[in-house]
Amino acid sequence: MDKSQNLKSNSFIELNARERARSILDTGSMRELLGPFDRVTSPWLKEQGIVTQADDGLVVAKGTINGQSAVVLGIEGSFQGGSMGEVSGAKMAGALELAAEDNRKGIPTLAVLLLETGGVRLQEANLGLAAIAEIHAAIADLRQYQPVIGVVAGTVGSFGGMSVAGALCSYMVVTREARYGLNGPQVIEQEAGIEEYDSRDKPFIWSLTGGEQRFATGLADRFVQDDVDSMNAVIRELAKAGVPASLRDQRIDEFLALLDSIDTNVQPNSAQVREIFGKGVKA
Amino acid sequence: MSDKNTKGAPSQRGRIWFEALSANGKPVAGLPDSVRAADIDLAGKPARVIAVVPDTNNRFPRARNGEVGLLEGWNVARAVRDVVKADENSTEKRALIAVVDVRSQAYGRREEAFGIHQALAAAGAAYANARMKGHPVIALIVGVAMSGGFLAHGYQANRLIAINDPKVLVHAMYQAAAARITLRTVEELEKLAATVPPMAYDIGNYAKLGLLWKLLEVEQADAPTTPDLALVRDTLVAALADILKSPRDLSCRLGSETRAASVKVRKLLREQWA
Repeated sequence: MDKSQNLKSNSFIELNARERARSILDTGSMRELLGPFDRVTSPWLKEQGIVTQADDGLVVAKGTINGQSAVVLGIEGSFQGGSMGEVSGAKMAGALELAAEDNRKGIPTLAVLLLETGGVRLQEANLGLAAIAEIHAAIADLRQYQPVIGVVAGTVGSFGGMSVAGALCSYMVVTREARYGLNGPQVIEQEAGIEEYDSRDKPFIWSLTGGEQRFATGLADRFVQDDVDSMNAVIRELAKAGVPASLRDQRIDEFLALLDSIDTNVQPNSAQVREIFGKGVKA
Repeated sequence: MSDKNTKGAPSQRGRIWFEALSANGKPVAGLPDSVRAADIDLAGKPARVIAVVPDTNNRFPRARNGEVGLLEGWNVARAVRDVVKADENSTEKRALIAVVDVRSQAYGRREEAFGIHQALAAAGAAYANARMKGHPVIALIVGVAMSGGFLAHGYQANRLIAINDPKVLVHAMYQAAAARITLRTVEELEKLAATVPPMAYDIGNYAKLGLLWKLLEVEQADAPTTPDLALVRDTLVAALADILKSPRDLSCRLGSETRAASVKVRKLLREQWA
């Protein structure tokens, strides 16, 4: 990218969750639900001496995309690492439930999830996990009617139960700055040892779980540059595409056949994963 | 198994309860040794029982102790979706019973590289889909229900049933790792867990969250007696009857005082939605 392009480009990643949501919805259509002024905050953080945030780090933005009813659910990665607590989790699950209900009432409504999250907020542990199960249920429901579009732009990335939520989406969009995987590097190192996973070896982690790799191996559907207009265009294209013909999580035989072909006696590197998954998974 | 970390001998509880429930059942073929499934008769109704169990010879070394890894996620998905497909044109939808003793998701390099999050999504989506299609889905927690392992295998059930036992626990992360991530000591976490119910590991505190349908008192959690098995079977049958007269979503988990905020958020969202 040359300098002149750099100046013209409008970074998506530098936007906060609210601004990201606004940049995706049709101009002037955004209406925020349960916003900061409603002050529904986490009931669990205060007693642990942690400062709460008026929106609990989750933006529910209703509006339109291509003129069609849509809800954008934006996780604010700068609050508690984008972790899902009882309130932020209920906001996402509740909004997805209402979107599915709208579809059943004949109002086609789609959803966009902006995933910047480490997963469960450990200070609310079991209520975060329960909320994530409800988010999974709601995605599985809504995606029958309309696309649920997941976006991991960066810089937090998406991990834990929320990477499973991403994997349930009709479409997944990533950028070069995205990291997208189940377990955070520190947790793997803690549980499995540094030989298995060196959490400080950034190039290694990016080579396996970075957005470019996920796209190249067919675990993401679109690879977008960090630019507001490009992101907007891709979301519009996917919204128009409607419900996909097949969902990744339903391609069971295909994935099992690929896993069968792996030599599990050795640790894989980025190129080997591309070779194995590049053939099959990437349709 | 402690709540501190994932070390220690693999738990055989899931296997023991699976085998007890499926003693007269028909095993499902074509699954790896770490995923067991059998078709059983439950008070005259057909049901499929599924468990993820330890397999010391698992091809994936980080999934040998009963963790839900790549093979387990995709194969549980297969065991569930096969039932949905087989019952597609039938009005009576077979019940699915997930026997839960999953010490965690698998933590490893191979798992991340080959998309374990997608494998867990496959299993979770299969259960959710079965539930939405009208199959009664029940999770029977007999051991550990940890994090991604539980999300994949059990947490999409219409009803959650647990046995009341010190080795039964539900959580998002073991204490050693949770301490590292939250920049606290294990002692600090233990102190908080004593007063903040969602942070606790034990099933007693979990029961306070209103997510469980029933908590069962058994005589021998590691070797179920005849009365233990009868109690569990009767409870499963009662759960089936309860599910059949209820909505097939997860709304039955929202009643408790502890989850008041989850209810309030949904109420306000609905008011502001249209």
